[in-house]
Amino acid sequence: MSSRPGLPAPSDTQPTSSAGTSELRAQLPAIEPERQVTDWGRSERIEGLMDKTVYDWLYHYWFRCEVEGIENVPSTGGALIVSNHSGALPPDAAMITKAIKEEHARPRPLHLTVEHFFKGYPGFSMLVAKIGGVPAHPANVHRLLADEEQLVLVFPEGRKGTEKLYKDRYKLRRFGRGGFVEAAMRAKAPIVPVAVVGAEEAMPIFAHMTLLQRMTGLLYFPITPTFPHLGLAGFLGYLPAKFHIRFLEPVATDQWGEEPWQDRGLVQTVADEIRSRVQEELIDMLSARRSVWFG
Amino acid sequence: MRRVLVTGVSSYWGGKLAQALEQDPDVETIVGVSPHDPTLELERTEFVRVGTQHALLRRIVQAAEIDTVIDSRLVVDSIAASPREAHEVNVIGTMNILAACGGPDSPVRKVVFKSSAHYYGCERDDPAFFTEPMQRPNAPRTRLESDIVEAENAVHGFAERNPQVTVTVLRFANGLGPDLDTSHGRVLRLPAVPCILGFDPRYQFVHEDDIVGALEYAVSNDLPGVYNVAGDGVLVLSEIASLLGRPLAPVLPPWGTGLAAAGLRLAGVRIPEEMAQQLRYGRGLDNRKLKAAGCRLRYTTREAVQKLAEDLRVRELRQGAGAPYRYEREVEEFLRYSPSVRRRAEREADSSAR
Repeated sequence: MSSRPGLPAPSDTQPTSSAGTSELRAQLPAIEPERQVTDWGRSERIEGLMDKTVYDWLYHYWFRCEVEGIENVPSTGGALIVSNHSGALPPDAAMITKAIKEEHARPRPLHLTVEHFFKGYPGFSMLVAKIGGVPAHPANVHRLLADEEQLVLVFPEGRKGTEKLYKDRYKLRRFGRGGFVEAAMRAKAPIVPVAVVGAEEAMPIFAHMTLLQRMTGLLYFPITPTFPHLGLAGFLGYLPAKFHIRFLEPVATDQWGEEPWQDRGLVQTVADEIRSRVQEELIDMLSARRSVWFG
Repeated sequence: MRRVLVTGVSSYWGGKLAQALEQDPDVETIVGVSPHDPTLELERTEFVRVGTQHALLRRIVQAAEIDTVIDSRLVVDSIAASPREAHEVNVIGTMNILAACGGPDSPVRKVVFKSSAHYYGCERDDPAFFTEPMQRPNAPRTRLESDIVEAENAVHGFAERNPQVTVTVLRFANGLGPDLDTSHGRVLRLPAVPCILGFDPRYQFVHEDDIVGALEYAVSNDLPGVYNVAGDGVLVLSEIASLLGRPLAPVLPPWGTGLAAAGLRLAGVRIPEEMAQQLRYGRGLDNRKLKAAGCRLRYTTREAVQKLAEDLRVRELRQGAGAPYRYEREVEEFLRYSPSVRRRAEREADSSAR
């Protein structure tokens, strides 16, 4: 498992730890204990409320999440968690967050990278940042991984993953342009691939309505089992699919020498390898799954 | 020993900086220039009423052998000047002042330029924390922003052409403080804090004393390059409103915000374009480079807002307690230069002779 054929061989030269980053890390603002909101706009109060009510219920009773390989999430230092992505209003991010909170020996908050769209759309702009969403800007990911040493969750498929139709379920889309690999390499943070089964069936998309999408300015305007005919509430109407979340073995990104991101070929190879690991894992999990609803 | 020229000495921070430098025994001479009268009481500072005519400034610089120039006159708030004036001050003025400082025979060895975080703009696709080398992802949206970008580009050009001069550019976050009059300060003093419906932007402020402190630090220490100056911590607007004890008023609609802002202006609340952008997307700065260079700011963003809140509670009381001291130029000049005024040193010499 450790040395798959796809991953490039590690280089002999070990990267030197740059003194500049640790010096800058020491200059991070001190935490003000009176505050309930972080510098990223994340609100402990609102997140805690969501966690106690919606997430907890979804995790334990609705999706009955089963988690494997939680020990692959490091308990210290920055790490980039890379997952497949699906569902019109994807529940996978919340469930991965909750899995780490519930199952991990040393639970840590997870920062979820989201499209810039959410920062520009009224309503979303308020809520998404409060519950841990961070715009997917390379500088944001770098600061979180390298300076603040946090866990960051990315969905390299992005929109292409969430807008895909039910008939294409569990077929991974292109993993962006490998930007997530470059971000992890720059931060010298490991990548933890994750395979999630169940989210595709929780809120399948049957079709897209382009005209309504244009009129509302949303990312997409899907037709799901409950939306739009049940109105906005239909957006929360998840079907009770059984969730399986499997954390895979971390990929160290500091094994290819100094500034490996300069080699675009290497970045693409690593991105493709991580994509195929997740895809293989999905196939493995699906072949073992007997029922969509009962697992 | 330093010989310092402060431009824009009539502005709040120009005056405050001159006052602070007066306390510094290392500063031998302070010359303050501005086309307007100073608004703060100055003792040691020589005030010269001059605009930004580079020939005149150059003569002052040469004659007084100025080695440090602090350019604090940039217009960074649309309420401070009309767009035309702002352009004149920011672009043409900066060009002239740099022309007065440059050249092989110039005694100037240090230029400190007070800039603004409006250099980065405020857009949807921004990073959460701007670092100094970051370029703005989009072209400047407002006139003020493009003027600031142009002024800074002139400063960077000057730094390249004059390697013997240490050029410091300080990009300040929005200033906040009891004595400071800015568009944000005005809006936060309202009975309710206006906001755009559906947005809770991230804000970072720098306390008025820290603005002066950072400028002073750049005078007494060599900081070549660009530095962000902002208090630690980024607050969201709802947090700021609760610290001030004011409700949030989502009076601006997410679409057609400019139109609603124009309507509010009729009601006496002015929300300039660059502020509307901040109310929508917010902005954060990475201040670690400045802190690593040894400059300590006294207030975090939260403390700066708290200082404003404290002032709001006692403001009416203070206003009733008496008008603040106004700088009376003629009196000061009389006291300083008239032969009729007997200086303390002379008096002491007299009494000891007797």
